[in-house]
Amino acid sequence: MDTFILELNDLKKNFGKTEVLKGISLSVKQGEFITLLGSSGCGKTTMIRIIAGLEQPDSGSVILEGKDVTMLAPDKRDVNTVFQNYALFPHMDVFQNVAYGLKIRKIAKEEIKKRVMESLELVQLSEYVHRKPSQLSGGQKQRVAIARAIINNPKVLLLDEPLGALDLQLRRQMQHELKRLQKKLGITFIYITHDQEEAINMSDRIAVMKDGQFVQIGTPDEIYHNPKTSFAAMFVGNANIVRGTVEAIQNGVATVRIYYPDEQSGRAAEFKYTGTADVKLVESNQIQVGDAIAAAVRSENIVLGQEMGLCALVKEKSFAGGLSRLTLQLPDGKEIIASCHGMDWAAEEGQFVAIGWNPNDAIIVKDEP
Amino acid sequence: MKKHTKLPSIYLALLLILMYLPIIIVVVYSFNENKLTAIWSGFSLKWYEKLFQDKSLMEALKNSLMLGLFSCLNASVIGIIGAVGMARVDYKTKGVVEYLSMLPIMIPEIILGMVFLAFFSMLHLPFGMTTLVIAHTTFCIPYIYMMVKARLVGMDPSLLEAARDLGASEVRAFFDVTLPLIMPAVASGALLAFAMSFDDVVISVLVTNAKINTLPIKVFSRIKFGVSPEINALSTIMLSVTLMVILAIVGINKKTEGGKHL
Repeated sequence: MDTFILELNDLKKNFGKTEVLKGISLSVKQGEFITLLGSSGCGKTTMIRIIAGLEQPDSGSVILEGKDVTMLAPDKRDVNTVFQNYALFPHMDVFQNVAYGLKIRKIAKEEIKKRVMESLELVQLSEYVHRKPSQLSGGQKQRVAIARAIINNPKVLLLDEPLGALDLQLRRQMQHELKRLQKKLGITFIYITHDQEEAINMSDRIAVMKDGQFVQIGTPDEIYHNPKTSFAAMFVGNANIVRGTVEAIQNGVATVRIYYPDEQSGRAAEFKYTGTADVKLVESNQIQVGDAIAAAVRSENIVLGQEMGLCALVKEKSFAGGLSRLTLQLPDGKEIIASCHGMDWAAEEGQFVAIGWNPNDAIIVKDEP
Repeated sequence: MKKHTKLPSIYLALLLILMYLPIIIVVVYSFNENKLTAIWSGFSLKWYEKLFQDKSLMEALKNSLMLGLFSCLNASVIGIIGAVGMARVDYKTKGVVEYLSMLPIMIPEIILGMVFLAFFSMLHLPFGMTTLVIAHTTFCIPYIYMMVKARLVGMDPSLLEAARDLGASEVRAFFDVTLPLIMPAVASGALLAFAMSFDDVVISVLVTNAKINTLPIKVFSRIKFGVSPEINALSTIMLSVTLMVILAIVGINKKTEGGKHL
């Protein structure tokens, strides 16, 4: 059996009547970089605060290195946090901020000085030792916050959207540096973000979170290529979700028909026919004819062509960043996006087109509205 | 474009005539050589000299300074405990408690003074410096409380969490983070409270004995025998002390303004 540095067992937490965490379990290996990915309000910050000890769960436990620390005060556990707003002490300079953790542990002055300079060097801030936080830029404050946390050599470092306030270019650069730092120090990182690109770039594993629960935990590759649910597919892979009913199954390929929407809404009645598309089945899909299914298809895998079986209406055509995008409406009223490089869509706004995809590019996912 | 209006000039003129003109006259005449306050006969510092030779006055000054100092120290400790404590809790009666702590500066002084007089007599507390300090402490607390509370509202709660996260106990985090950050507020609150204590007559006169006088009590009792150049000089000195305190508060506020939104 693997030994885990951190284990979360069925954590639950309510704030008043709102269920923020609905049973979170996670096992983290030493040196792992785990990203909690989810939109704001999904409970990821609460989860991190429970690990740090700043919040107590209503039930469940936090096990750090085999020891139950659920009810332990934040200063009694070997975990440090990089706060979203940095939380640097405004009345202390960079040196004092970074030295704070060591000072509390009554480490000798020379040793403190040596280690502070080392960790400032690590985050490339050596020249700013005597600056006050108010004299630093956002990116520099971020580095100080990171240095202040890693100097204590925590078992687990918690980072709450540390790059959220930085501009895109700086964010990319910091992603790189953080990853380098994590590899070099071998500290376990638990990293919060709502940016899927950041998650994919940096993590060993991603835990996709929605409404206080994990939707899927896996490597970026797994989640990107094999999303388990429609939310994971949309959030991580930016995939389209197509919903339909299985009409036939042949040779491991399901033919899915997309129906008109409910009689009441009737919005897409101008579609002459609805059409079908094929989805490849894998063993774990226990699908029968007549089942309603949802399939994830990435925008770049959608193709236009006479021989395709699905009818769609072109709502909008746009071009950005070398990518042409078509917003298409399906017979059921739902919109999907098709994209390709260059500007070669043979379709105009307002036109009906036939679309489809290679059955292998569609993955059946669990549907979450 | 702004409208032309005479209102500000009228206000300024009234303010100058009603408040600053008397002050200026008192200050100027404190340097008058003549014993009669109405006649100017040349510049002199002799009334100041006389003041500083007056043992009972010097005693009163010492009492006033000590009283202000001790009251402010006590009030600072109590006010900080109150404001920091109240910021951490969130119960329904919080508003009531805050009202209660502001009450001492809203109750008329004469009533507060009488209440203390009655209470201390009931307890058989000997009147003197102790009773003075107790009474002054109570009306000094609201100033500290107000200032610290305002400062705490602007403080990022994650600073304390960061300190705890880095290994500080609750007490340690208070001394390392909270206290340094509220110190400017404590200082300006304490100075304001000091100014109030230094000026107070009504409460002081009711809770002290015949031997222990504060400077304002002394001024008050001497005025009974008419306005003398000495009184002018004394007023000038008290005025300068108060002015210095106000300047110090302004200085503190200016200095901390930069770091406020951190």
